[in-house]
Amino acid sequence: MLKDFFSKKKKYASIPREEAKQEIPEGLMQKCPNCHKIFYRKELKKNLNVCPNCSFHHQMTARERIDSLFDEHTFEEWDQNIITENPLGFPDYLEKVEKDREKTGLNEAVVTGKGKMQGFETAFAVMDSRFRMGSMGSVVGEKIARAIEKAKEQKIPFIIFTASGGARMQEGVLSLMQMTKTSIAIKRFSEAGGLMISVMTHPTTGGVSASFASIGDYNFAEPGALIGFAGRRIIEQTIREELPEDFQTAEFLLKHGHLDQVIERQDMKEVLTTLLDIHEGGAQPS
Amino acid sequence: MKQVLEFEKPVMELREKIAELKKFTAESDMDLTSEIETLEQRLVKLEEDVYGNMKPWDRVQMARHAERPTTLDYVKELFTHFLEFHGDRLYGDDEAIVSGVAKYKGKPVTVIGHQRGKDTKENIRRNFGMPHPEGYRKALRHMKQAEKFNRPIICFIDTKGAYPGKAAEERGQSEAIARNLMEMAGLRVPIICIVIGEGGSGGALALGVGDRIHMLENSTYSVISPEGAAALLWKDSGLAQKAAETMMITSYDLKKLQVIDDIIPELKGGAHRDVALQATEIDHVLNQSLQELYDLPKEELLEKRWEKYKQIGDYSTL
Ligand SMILES: [Zn+2]
Repeated sequence: MLKDFFSKKKKYASIPREEAKQEIPEGLMQKCPNCHKIFYRKELKKNLNVCPNCSFHHQMTARERIDSLFDEHTFEEWDQNIITENPLGFPDYLEKVEKDREKTGLNEAVVTGKGKMQGFETAFAVMDSRFRMGSMGSVVGEKIARAIEKAKEQKIPFIIFTASGGARMQEGVLSLMQMTKTSIAIKRFSEAGGLMISVMTHPTTGGVSASFASIGDYNFAEPGALIGFAGRRIIEQTIREELPEDFQTAEFLLKHGHLDQVIERQDMKEVLTTLLDIHEGGAQPS
Repeated sequence: MKQVLEFEKPVMELREKIAELKKFTAESDMDLTSEIETLEQRLVKLEEDVYGNMKPWDRVQMARHAERPTTLDYVKELFTHFLEFHGDRLYGDDEAIVSGVAKYKGKPVTVIGHQRGKDTKENIRRNFGMPHPEGYRKALRHMKQAEKFNRPIICFIDTKGAYPGKAAEERGQSEAIARNLMEMAGLRVPIICIVIGEGGSGGALALGVGDRIHMLENSTYSVISPEGAAALLWKDSGLAQKAAETMMITSYDLKKLQVIDDIIPELKGGAHRDVALQATEIDHVLNQSLQELYDLPKEELLEKRWEKYKQIGDYSTL
């Protein structure tokens, strides 16, 4: 374990937190925000970005997620060529998008495509919260809607991993309307007998929570994920009452009947594969 | 007390002056008729100036006007035989949404709308028109009923947003909104949505999936309130006026963005000046929309609904 490595080398019984923070070599090591232990990034990655000490689920990039779930060399990406515009003429908006494009290597906050999971072919959309906080603008809405339409045409299931702060402010009401666009696509897919699985990861809030994330045939979430419609601070200001500590967590939603299961990341592939198996691959009637 | 908005003060002052002069003429033996006529001509011009050049922020104020007609005000003017029905059959009855059946020009319809209160007491009962999940679920129950009995659905949108509260989250605000979006997509009857006041984000949208979306001229439709946008974008909710301009939230903006179908003209000085007269403007557009949709084969209706929303958005392809 890394903590042993640290304590041996530095001969500290414990590292004071402030000091520890300063000593993390950027890029090589990562500190768990939950238990404050420090790990090699490589070690965390091998553990699917789940803290080996406390099981805290760190966020995953879209690529990491895809690699962790789909059989090697089966991933086919869709609609990489759709590019963000600036409908309201917001200053700096396109520059910010460009910066995130460079940072993430993605064209927008969602990756769509298809792949095979233990042999089961499925369409998917995986959101990436590093890109403009995973917010949904026209491109995100369009890519998700197209992926659902393709799943419908190709008669394969659709799995979505959400990670989003909600609407993309800089696209105003056009962002809001993506909720409708994606929801209609899901309805059409559903009417055709399509199987949709939604997995909510940290965070899934606002307009994304209030559209496709919540209307799968099965709704799952990762442990500890923040999921909700309104922001905690807005609610506190509105009702002037303290909220429970687990408010708007995956566990809170499970307790209140809004989720089918909270699934540990290590078990994700197995549960999804089992479900695909139960649906016999999720093929739609022709 | 009549609420007077900042930008329309010159109009109100001139109107008062004319009223005073008229009173004076009637009570004394001095004849001010010609002065009054001059002022009345000036008033017409001033009204055109003031109401013909409203800024986005002026429209926000108008959409929030204390006397602005609500869903039930228009229901009274537009329909006959209205019966309100309550409850979502799951949890309770949310009075922030009213819902029921009525006749429109002799034909049955289902009418649903956000409902604000007229005074503090009613506003508390109706939660200022900000629904909980049970409100949306009541609406959906009535929409499904409309589908079963093949009557068109007319939705009036008028809310600051879905209520941001603890209970609302516990009972699944997100799911309730999402479910409505999804189910409205597939309803095999015409749906007409009319924004009559504030169209606040997902809470508005949950009654807003339709074959025609219209907006009263001075209503707004936005992803976030101008105050909220200002706080998020510039960390200063005082910049709401600027946000109202930047965020493109007026009926003219939404028409330009190709989100809505028609702008319903408002009376000079706003819908509250004469509800009955304003209702005739709504009536005209509503009637036309229904005429266009009544006889459309169901499959075509749904296909066109999809096409309508599919094209909304701004992006380019490499
Ligand atoms: Zn940890």
